[in-house]
Amino acid sequence: MINLLSSNWHAFISGFGWTLLSSVLALFFSLIIGSLFAILEVVPSKILRIIGNVYVEVFRNIPLLVITMFFYLVIPLYVVKINGFTAGTIGLTIYTSAFIAETVRAGINSVDIGQMEAARSQGMTFWQAMRYIVLPQAFKYVIPPLGNQFVNLVKNSSVLAFVAGFDLMYQGNAIASQTFETVNTYIIVGLFYLVITLPISYYMQHLERKLA
Amino acid sequence: MQNWIDAYSWINIRFLLQGLSVTILISVISVVLSFIFGSVLGIVRYSKIPYLSKIIGFIIDVIRNLPLLLIIFFVYFGLPAFGFKPDTIPAAILAMTVFESMMIAEIIRSGIMAVDIGQMEASRAMGMTFTQAMWHVVLPQAYKKMIPALVSQFISLIKDTSLATIIVVPELMQHGQVVYGQDPNYIIPVFVAMALMYFVVCYALSLLSKYIDHRMA
Repeated sequence: MINLLSSNWHAFISGFGWTLLSSVLALFFSLIIGSLFAILEVVPSKILRIIGNVYVEVFRNIPLLVITMFFYLVIPLYVVKINGFTAGTIGLTIYTSAFIAETVRAGINSVDIGQMEAARSQGMTFWQAMRYIVLPQAFKYVIPPLGNQFVNLVKNSSVLAFVAGFDLMYQGNAIASQTFETVNTYIIVGLFYLVITLPISYYMQHLERKLA
Repeated sequence: MQNWIDAYSWINIRFLLQGLSVTILISVISVVLSFIFGSVLGIVRYSKIPYLSKIIGFIIDVIRNLPLLLIIFFVYFGLPAFGFKPDTIPAAILAMTVFESMMIAEIIRSGIMAVDIGQMEASRAMGMTFTQAMWHVVLPQAYKKMIPALVSQFISLIKDTSLATIIVVPELMQHGQVVYGQDPNYIIPVFVAMALMYFVVCYALSLLSKYIDHRMA
């Protein structure tokens, strides 16, 4: 196993890097998109609420692979040629943003309604109150579930392997089929994933216990 | 131009629906097995049996934090090295069951922890054994609290079966690929049809879960 690791070190590390990059990019963008849709779900306007709701329900109930393959196949057909990494990261972002929207919405709802009312009665607009009063308090509740979303993102980024995204899973498959050391290769790939996911999920459990 | 009319010919739609039935079959078998194994593992982890609970807890944490896709690869391409070569559908069911059992074990454990500890203590004080108290008093209350989490886990299981397309399990995603593989003009219609089929099944389940939760509360 050590031999396998050292002779394919470069491929493992580059796969690890692409996996990490894709997960971080997807987290960043899905946080922005997810928060926007979460706010849409709580605004006074009914039409906006419906839009927010439909977005969340649609993308939460369709497999990530379907979303990712769709972008991988359809964007090059009509818009621009993109590589698997980009298509995969777009798919991950959209899928995760629906889950983050749910998480952030739950966070917003857990902030006492009096906070919003007090801010509004002080003359703030809905958006000002949201931005300066409600969201900062909501994010505190939301950190442990967001951490768990990041763990899911790292695991889900393995779908990049379907679209030749150069990620860890993709590299692992390439190495396994070259060396025929299937079992050892997959164990090493698993260890690389665990290096990211285990510490984060243990830390989030610790945070959850502290907040509870 | 995308060819919607030919893409939605009865032969194609029937083929997609056959895929959907395999998706549902795999999901249902896996969820039943995972529920059984997950309950046992969750209770063992909760019971704090010396060494055993710690070891099982660690295994649960490790497998939960791996991508399901990796486990599918491991089962299908790795196990033959140990002299066990499952067919595609059993391999998918095995991989899903291993992964989902660990997810469900955690749901069960936190469900049990959410039941007031006094329930267990009172039952023990009445002379019940640990197993009796667990079975007759704690678990019925715990399962009630867990229904939403269990259903949403089942929904992600259904969505995750699409990953099994990589080992050519004839489920919905794989059948979809066969259909749009015939003609690039089928891509969008087929994706819309696949998305709709997954959506209907998953969304119906989430509505059911909300309904049950609402009635129990």
